[in-house]
Amino acid sequence: MNIVIKNGRVIDPKNNVDQQLDVYVAAGKIAGIGAAPAGFVANQTIEAAHLVVCPGLVDLSARLREPGDEHKARLVSELKAAVAGGVTSLACPPDTDPVLDEPGLVEMLQYRAKQQGLANVYPLGAITRQLQGKALAEMSELQTAGCVGFSQANTAITDTQVLWRAMEYAATFGYTLFFHAEEPFLAANGVAHDGEVASRLGLKGIPSAAEALALASILRIAQETGAKVHISRLSTAEGVAMVRTAKSQGLNITSDVSANQLHLTEHDIGYFNTHCHLKPPLRTQRDKDALCLGLKDGTIDAVCSDHTPVDDDAKLTTFAEAEIGATGLELLLPLTLKWAQQEKLSLTAAIASITCTPANILGISAGDLSINSIADICIFDANAYWTVNANTIKSQGKNTPFLGLELAGKVNFTIVNGKIVYPQ
Amino acid sequence: MRMNNPQLDADGRLKHLLSIEGLPKKILNQILDTAESFVGVAEREVKKVPLLRGKTVCNLFFENSTRTRTTFEIAAKRLSADVISLNVNASSQSKGETILDTINNLIAMHADMFVVRHAQSGAAHFIAQHVPAHIHVINAGDGRHSHPTQGLLDVFTIRKYKPDLHNLRVAIVGDILHSRVARSEIHALTTLGVPEIRVIAPKTLLPTQVEKLGVHVYHDINVGLKDVDVVMMLRLQNERMNGAMLPSVQEYFKTYGLTQERLALAKPDAIVMHPGPMNRGVEIDSSVADGRQSVILPQVTYGIAIRMAVMAILAGGQAGGAQ
Repeated sequence: MNIVIKNGRVIDPKNNVDQQLDVYVAAGKIAGIGAAPAGFVANQTIEAAHLVVCPGLVDLSARLREPGDEHKARLVSELKAAVAGGVTSLACPPDTDPVLDEPGLVEMLQYRAKQQGLANVYPLGAITRQLQGKALAEMSELQTAGCVGFSQANTAITDTQVLWRAMEYAATFGYTLFFHAEEPFLAANGVAHDGEVASRLGLKGIPSAAEALALASILRIAQETGAKVHISRLSTAEGVAMVRTAKSQGLNITSDVSANQLHLTEHDIGYFNTHCHLKPPLRTQRDKDALCLGLKDGTIDAVCSDHTPVDDDAKLTTFAEAEIGATGLELLLPLTLKWAQQEKLSLTAAIASITCTPANILGISAGDLSINSIADICIFDANAYWTVNANTIKSQGKNTPFLGLELAGKVNFTIVNGKIVYPQ
Repeated sequence: MRMNNPQLDADGRLKHLLSIEGLPKKILNQILDTAESFVGVAEREVKKVPLLRGKTVCNLFFENSTRTRTTFEIAAKRLSADVISLNVNASSQSKGETILDTINNLIAMHADMFVVRHAQSGAAHFIAQHVPAHIHVINAGDGRHSHPTQGLLDVFTIRKYKPDLHNLRVAIVGDILHSRVARSEIHALTTLGVPEIRVIAPKTLLPTQVEKLGVHVYHDINVGLKDVDVVMMLRLQNERMNGAMLPSVQEYFKTYGLTQERLALAKPDAIVMHPGPMNRGVEIDSSVADGRQSVILPQVTYGIAIRMAVMAILAGGQAGGAQ
């Protein structure tokens, strides 16, 4: 199948391209940009005038809920949501049921994902068995099975001895460890940022210090062990400052922020809106500003969707009892575009934070439109508005704080491995 | 997305009573004034008015309570309503039924008004969001968030003894952090124009940024009680008494317990209040609780009038009051 994408505005941050060009796809790969390769005959033409043609999006954190939580979402529903959102590669955290701490589970997940022929799934293996923070999981075996990194999902390794060993062991093989920085004792039973809103609503708070304390241990041990560390979903101004300092000291660390945190604060909880029960919690305006700035100045490398679909019933209760999470795969692009627009940044800057930069963090060959690279492409209209609601969202999880909001950035086509997978 | 105030209807009338916060002064005064007319009902030979005749009030207590449930029951009965009291802890919730299923079942039995207590903050808001338009919800305490009828009966009591609210100094003493009563009192007092509200507690029992609620923070009770007109004591829950919040009951009483000597620091005519149930010798000395400045029992009496007023207003019979 040969495809030509005509007259689109091609934005390929990795190769410094932002120009109206034709893109030629043949045999699943990018065969040419600008000029057609010799003897190219198109089977299909996509007219992309006024549309942006960019690499398929790479999401650093999307829960697919399989295995174990199929009532919340299924592989097929979420991979359809991914390509509807222009996401062609995604990393999934290991907090499935059972936990991704066995090579067999990883192989099965990858096999089942491949069968769908939609987005590429890159599992993150568990750092410790059962995510219990005690014994290391078989990282090397898991890597062989297809894991691109290791994570504790939302849990912490409280034993610093184990944390140290995990980093040493990962550093031995050059694996990247993904950490959500939250000190679990301070955060215990907390459901919202420990501040004005939680005090007023009588919700148990999670202080900003919980992030700073966890980060302090992680960064210090990373420094000692030389481990490659990625900080997932920063949420505080202090956290951003700590990562900035660590980077300036030459530590081998990267970080991301959830698209939710770029746009929402504690005040969005309003009258106990359970869609705003997220992890990390929505924090203050000052924190939000620091996150936006950190992403702008490169302290924060990438934006992730933190896609966590939840079934409706699990949100239909009191704030504290409502399950944590929001659907996000289809909002990653528009929310990142919105951030860039607010910060008066170029489309290139926005797209880099959801394509080549996260691909680089995962160490996967994706996120660019280089000649001969796999043809994973997202074609979208940056100026088309759509309203977020249960009907427009493809994900099985219809829960998001952005319900009812009109967002700019609508995906027209998604191509994976040289095949049009959206619309189907 | 911003929601409209869930407690008021499109015309600004009270639809549910969920929290004092967000209610205009006009509505608070309407409730207090209506309650005034109900105080006399209890002294009549026939302690009943027919305002809620034919209506079914459902007391839905997901968390235990004796005093609040009883006063709500009495209030509804004095308004001639049919009253059902359910202790949900002991029944359907333990069988795994969700809050909404419980509510919907009772709506199917034609309940008109729900009085809800729940251990989770926001439970009453949640229920109010999911009931049909003709159903009214009264929050009888949700987690640490709100206990609006308690806040109202407290300001009602204050108004009885100290009518000039614009010239008062009020101290709230004790576990502010976990107290829905304190939050409701603070909102009620600030809305009604009380110029100085003090909270007195150790740092472990104060919410983060409590000063943003419009209060002055004191850690030393001997300083905080100086020249106040009203002392509102809070109950210290058993589970907070010996742990990371406080080392011991004895030490708490020594540092924050209300004794005669400490009360002498307040104005000579200061009143002492407590939402009950009291821990004598923990937060308050018996001689103070039973002393001449104590208005703790009148609080309970007025609580019935306040709850009658709220139910009457919600049911639409506010204009006539007890007449």
